[in-house]
Amino acid sequence: MHELGIVFHIVKMVEEVGEQNSLTSVSRVKLTLGEVSGVVPDYLVDCWRWTAEKNDLIRGSVLEVEEAPAVTVCNACGKTYGTVEHGRTCPHCGSEDTVLLTGDQVELTEIEAC
Amino acid sequence: MEEYRVLEIKQSVFADNDREADAVREGLKARGQYLLNLMSSPGSGKTTTLSRTIEALAPELKLAVMEADIDSDVDAATIARLGAKTIQLHTGGMCHLDAGMCQQGLDGLAASDADLIFLENVGNLVCPAEFDTGACKNACILSVPEGDDKPLKYPLMFQVCDVVLVNKIDVAPYFDFDLEKCRANVAMRNPKARVIPICAKTGEGMGEWYDWLRAEVAAWKQA
Repeated sequence: MHELGIVFHIVKMVEEVGEQNSLTSVSRVKLTLGEVSGVVPDYLVDCWRWTAEKNDLIRGSVLEVEEAPAVTVCNACGKTYGTVEHGRTCPHCGSEDTVLLTGDQVELTEIEAC
Repeated sequence: MEEYRVLEIKQSVFADNDREADAVREGLKARGQYLLNLMSSPGSGKTTTLSRTIEALAPELKLAVMEADIDSDVDAATIARLGAKTIQLHTGGMCHLDAGMCQQGLDGLAASDADLIFLENVGNLVCPAEFDTGACKNACILSVPEGDDKPLKYPLMFQVCDVVLVNKIDVAPYFDFDLEKCRANVAMRNPKARVIPICAKTGEGMGEWYDWLRAEVAAWKQA
């Protein structure tokens, strides 16, 4: 259940932004989750609901998760491809010398609040 | 009623943890203490490996251990019997430690002037790898029965590790464990990782591991 730990970190970030901007009530928090971040969106939202009930600033707020595609680049042929579809092996040339370009991010993008 | 507005943030959720982790490392550096984050699956032999290591290095280094567990002190009790200063950290249901929790543990060890502190992370190959604890280096134990393909299944763990101890190497023939394949799988995720085959129970290969630790501690104190 690393989702719970991640939610605690998000809450901490939201609280910091809240303090800096004198926010009293947060209605929506938007997050970008990479396809291969290893974080399960449903669990994350469940953990958020549980946590939000216990915290005045984010009470009743919604956690919106936007998934971002994972892209891998092949060091052998230089082409890119979808990580989830093809995994570690390059579909263009068959090389296994590949590196994830993007798709493992867990990024807080927006906070809607007053 | 006040109007709701949208604030753009665009920041990694791990950013604050990464900052805290850097602060943990700065503190360690200032005190000349080396912290090693030890990770693995449950049952890979973390506690046995640590016990042996403590016995071997105690005459030359001051050692301390932070035991992270979801909820128990079985491992801490085992380690404390060896005489190393030990502190138990409960993560309260969470599957990993973050830098904040690690700093709390270090504060708890404040009285100790340990040269080498081991952080025995929660047994799990996924989540502990995501959070930088502030340790100087990361080590992972992969035991033979788990299979030589683990670096492929848990890429992040092996990406962040500086050293991989392949434990229970004495039983490799019974598990169709291919050490060379394992080395190649680790290298694919992290070409810089050092792979050391050991058997914590018999002591096989442990000398290389101790030498690695000695060199790391010495370099950290010097630089």
